[in-house]
Amino acid sequence: MKTAKKLTAARPPKKFVLKRMYKYRFLYLLAVPGFIYLIINNYMPMVGLILAFKNYSFAKGIFASPWCGLSNFSYLFSSKWAKIMFRNTICYNLAFIVLGTVLAIFVAIVLGEIRNARAKQFYQTVILIPHLVSMVLVGYLVYALLSYSNGFINKGILENLGMEGINWYTEPKYWPFILTIVHLWKGFGFQSIVFYATIIGFDKTYYEAAVVDGATIWQQITKITLPLLRPTVIMLTIMSLGRMFASDFGLFYQVPMNTGTLYTATTTIDTFVYRAMMEDHDVGRSLAAGFLQSILGFVVVMITNTVVRKVDSDSALF
Amino acid sequence: MAGKGKGFQIFSNIVMAVLAAGALLPFILLAVSSITSETTITKYGYSFIPRDVDFTAYRYLLMSGTKIIKAYGMTILVATIGTTANICMTMAVGYLLSKRDLPGRNLISFFIFFTMLFSGGMIPSYIVWSQQFHVSDKIFGLICPNLMMNAFNVILMRTYFTTNVPVELCEAAEMDSCSQVGILFHISIPLSKPMVSTLSLFAALAYWNDWINGQYYLIRNKDLYTIQNVLNAMQNNVQFLKEYASSSMGEFASSIPSLGVRMAIAVISIIPIMIAYPFFQKSFVRGIVIGGVKG
Repeated sequence: MKTAKKLTAARPPKKFVLKRMYKYRFLYLLAVPGFIYLIINNYMPMVGLILAFKNYSFAKGIFASPWCGLSNFSYLFSSKWAKIMFRNTICYNLAFIVLGTVLAIFVAIVLGEIRNARAKQFYQTVILIPHLVSMVLVGYLVYALLSYSNGFINKGILENLGMEGINWYTEPKYWPFILTIVHLWKGFGFQSIVFYATIIGFDKTYYEAAVVDGATIWQQITKITLPLLRPTVIMLTIMSLGRMFASDFGLFYQVPMNTGTLYTATTTIDTFVYRAMMEDHDVGRSLAAGFLQSILGFVVVMITNTVVRKVDSDSALF
Repeated sequence: MAGKGKGFQIFSNIVMAVLAAGALLPFILLAVSSITSETTITKYGYSFIPRDVDFTAYRYLLMSGTKIIKAYGMTILVATIGTTANICMTMAVGYLLSKRDLPGRNLISFFIFFTMLFSGGMIPSYIVWSQQFHVSDKIFGLICPNLMMNAFNVILMRTYFTTNVPVELCEAAEMDSCSQVGILFHISIPLSKPMVSTLSLFAALAYWNDWINGQYYLIRNKDLYTIQNVLNAMQNNVQFLKEYASSSMGEFASSIPSLGVRMAIAVISIIPIMIAYPFFQKSFVRGIVIGGVKG
């Protein structure tokens, strides 16, 4: 993202603005569909956020709906779900960041140590497969494993061990673990490749010198690889923290199959907003929760960017 | 990087083999289940071991008529139109921003960039698309919302144009009275093929795997279901399987092999991606590295 800055740095002379505009007239024209798309898809919904302070009615539309002050918010916080969804969103994100990063660094280092080029290529290819498929499909995979009457875990493992099958889809207590595992399973290949690409970019002479000095592999990892990886890890972690209030709708909606008994463990802001709007027709709560998510998300991105700029100004977003 | 221990090589290979197996096993479970007979599934559950090989689920899908083919057609249609629109708009805006002496460049950059910082969220977006633009139950509902362009790709494209297309070359073309649009098509795009293909790939994958637009915007019109929407509907509603297939189908009239059919449809939905994967793997990895490290 260094480029955002270069852009402001190279400012051309102010003269002949009209002449240059004329020169590029067709390029502006070509870009117009893109601008219109962003206005519709991104800017109009931003305006739509004011609906959180309105009593929205589909018949009246965005502007004609009457204002209602903060009542949507007080209504939202009168629900027990307000606390649950914020807790879940934040806790899942923290768990995903910590575990995801540790696992990905581990995999990246191990992958980097493999010398057989074919094997390396093979592993790299295979661990990315989960990243290729949709969350709906992941829901099927999880179902094949966890279904009460037909799932592999109950029928293939627990039953053979002489244990009772577990009714996975009615017991919220298992789901923090299940969702974390599914998230790691789907994302570890992707994240590992990011770190792996960083590692293979390191200066080889450090390692050569270390080998000459008789360093073990463990010493090379702890004394060279990890310290060199630190800036990347810090950067990516801070950026993930910037998405603290966002959650993967597919993971939390599709993988637990939108099961009511699991809501205490699976409700995040995104699934709450969706269900309130589309299933319960509880528009006010949905809009209030969505508003908080957008604003908090923006605040967190601004804070993290300020932090990033302090840590490593080249990596800052702006 | 340059260890000499043989033990460590063995360790690394074992770890990676275990992880690779972990990544693959659920898919194997799915595939095996789809070719297992209904009675075996009921008795032994979904299993990695094919106790009997039985293609009833696939035969059922073949017999249930053109619906699955139609859903496939929709997926391909939506992905093709969407990806084309996406890459055209991304290139157009990215190219415009790559002109260093463009009047209004900072303003336009900010306009693009701000969408990465702040978003209205799902519901306002849903209200805009469904109430203002009436995309619900139309094919536009699958194509337009959220997937047609994003700021991050525009910035990647612009950066690629500025760093990989020599300014001198563009100036030389200008001297030869080549128009700015001509430079885009004859110089910039041919020189940016790797980036264009990577961004197209990611757009195509996003469309192929998208089910959220269908969930929001296809409320009554099930004829427009893509393969992901079919999977989604079937997961959330067992009845859908029965509605989906025609009612009178000879040997299946009494009982639908629903346990196997679900898995068979799931398998069918990923086969094209798995076949194509070896061909786009390089581009895919490059995209991950560019997006991950810079983003």
